[in-house]
Amino acid sequence: MNEMSPTALTGAPLGADSFLHRYEGLRQRLPGARLPWVAALRERAAESFRAKGFPTRRDEAWKYTDLAPLLALGFAEPLSSVDDDAALPPSQGGAARAVFVDGRFRADLSALDDLPYRVGSVAEALPRLDGALGRLAQPSEQPLAALNAMLFEDGLVVRVPPGVAGGVLELVSMASGGERPTALHPRHLIRIEDGASLTLIETTTGPEGARYLQAPVFEIEVAEGGRLNHARLQTESRAAFNLSTVYAAVAGGGTYDSFVLNAGGRLVRNEIHTALQGPKAACHLNGAQLLADGQHADTTTVIDHAAPDCPSRQTYKTVLAGRSRGVFQGKIHVHQIAQRTDGYQMNQALLLSPEAEVDSKPQLEIYADDVKCSHGATVGALDADQLFYLRARGIPAEAARRMLVRAFLQEAVEAVEDPAIQAALDRTLQAWWQAEDREAA
Amino acid sequence: MLDIRNLTAEIDGKQILRGIDLEIRPGEVHAIMGPNGSGKSTLSYVLAGREGYEVTGGSAEFDGKDLLAMEPEERAALGLFLAFQYPVELPGVGNANFLRTALNAQRRVRGELELDAMQFLKLARARMKDLSMPEDMLKRGVNVGFSGGEKKRNEVLQMALLQPKLAILDETDSGLDIDALRIVADGVNALRGPGFSALVITHYQRLLNYIVPDRVHVLVKGRIVRSGGPELAEELEASGYAGDLAA
Repeated sequence: MNEMSPTALTGAPLGADSFLHRYEGLRQRLPGARLPWVAALRERAAESFRAKGFPTRRDEAWKYTDLAPLLALGFAEPLSSVDDDAALPPSQGGAARAVFVDGRFRADLSALDDLPYRVGSVAEALPRLDGALGRLAQPSEQPLAALNAMLFEDGLVVRVPPGVAGGVLELVSMASGGERPTALHPRHLIRIEDGASLTLIETTTGPEGARYLQAPVFEIEVAEGGRLNHARLQTESRAAFNLSTVYAAVAGGGTYDSFVLNAGGRLVRNEIHTALQGPKAACHLNGAQLLADGQHADTTTVIDHAAPDCPSRQTYKTVLAGRSRGVFQGKIHVHQIAQRTDGYQMNQALLLSPEAEVDSKPQLEIYADDVKCSHGATVGALDADQLFYLRARGIPAEAARRMLVRAFLQEAVEAVEDPAIQAALDRTLQAWWQAEDREAA
Repeated sequence: MLDIRNLTAEIDGKQILRGIDLEIRPGEVHAIMGPNGSGKSTLSYVLAGREGYEVTGGSAEFDGKDLLAMEPEERAALGLFLAFQYPVELPGVGNANFLRTALNAQRRVRGELELDAMQFLKLARARMKDLSMPEDMLKRGVNVGFSGGEKKRNEVLQMALLQPKLAILDETDSGLDIDALRIVADGVNALRGPGFSALVITHYQRLLNYIVPDRVHVLVKGRIVRSGGPELAEELEASGYAGDLAA
């Protein structure tokens, strides 16, 4: 405790110290405190985090995203205040639903009966998770993985048995907000066995205006011929932070299909690491970002082609208004063994304001010789001809602009194959526009 | 209906219209013919309100109102319709959504009730049948993947739905085969009546065999150099614009 640097003004520690301080205070009470492997994992993570702290812009992978606004806050323990389902986001049509409020599983708000697969709370399942939790997310490699390993309270654990079609499962990650900023560190473990499938639709949200951090880590394993369709609908408060890290390992013939919608948050980072580990493993990483004045969203992907004949597809679209900033970093690493890799990456941005800024950094590292990899990035404003065409038909300028912005995003939504995810995206975008309309009115 | 007086306009400092005088009364169909670069499309864009065209003098009144002071959408809601020479593709905007949004935007301005999705579909399907358009064109993106003829038919469909008081058809005949030309002409002729006027801009006389104009004007170098009845179009087809260009 004493070696921690106190902060002069408030007396409460800020930045990395605030999290280390919290760990010191909580470690006897965090889930798994009496399980030696969990205690050891947390201790290793704390050591790593203590040494490195949060990433800074001097780190190559964080060149465009500055965590300073987060580090200026001190975080308190969440006081969960959600007692009924009134505040829950609307259902996305799935029969099964797992709800986490302030990082904790809420059985009373969830509906997980009679499912053909096992699903539950990480905190409860911990005694059985030795060797599974922490297999993909290595604290030493990524400060946010270390932060999460140090402080995770709970999360979703799912295992879909071989050959089982799991249908749609909703995951709600909700912050209840409060006077003081709160920090949540869910750890989600998803395993899709041979030939099994699941559609997971996550809504991550909190009351508008609330200051909090959601910093989840996903560890996802898709076994041979399995498939996970994973939608993340991020509609956090515009004062909130969301720093998500996803690790997905896909075996031969398996597919990880991800769509991330970033519509909320003040400072958001989605980092997705996908490892294609067997022949014909596939990943589709798509997403759309709608950024209003003051928002910063960073999508960073790393695709590791570690086996032959694997396709990877990425399409990200970002709309930027006001003084907002969008970042896309996409790295494709093709190992020597990964012959006949087919990698495609497209990143498109629509700038609605001269003050908006977009940074795009594709990165290809190719060590195989028979490979097809392409990437592209476009940045543009609304098309004057299209705008005039709509106005010449009587559609007012503002409505015409919105139609074109919607159309720009629609292409990304239409690329989504899963009908449940497509419907969820439509609903979320619809709600976003309605909120914008109310604000404009 | 439309009263243009001594209208001059330029693009990027280059004068294109050099004093246009034109009056179209309710129910009349006028044709403007002329060689390439004479200012035909500029006139249509200036009347529809496209940015980038600077009116440097003269006036244009529509139904007694100052057309040039209005936004493009206000002109449309007042009943002005421009059928584009090159209809714009709008990927990601469904044709049905586009048509209904346009129709309802205009109805709202005029204080009329908006159409719900069902009412609109019924109306749109009937109009499409008149134009021999396949119904799946409602579901596709606006003009996306449409052939040249389908795009022009889509313009006429919009006109049929929006029921303008004045339609400007900017080389709507270009790129059409004879069957499509006839369908487009039928679409225009169906609207003809005391409440509908049209300004048909064309390079060729062919379209005017199907949409017979009340008056024909020859536009050369930004000025109307000659006006006459429908027979003028036939004369131009035979002799070309050589005499007018020399004048």
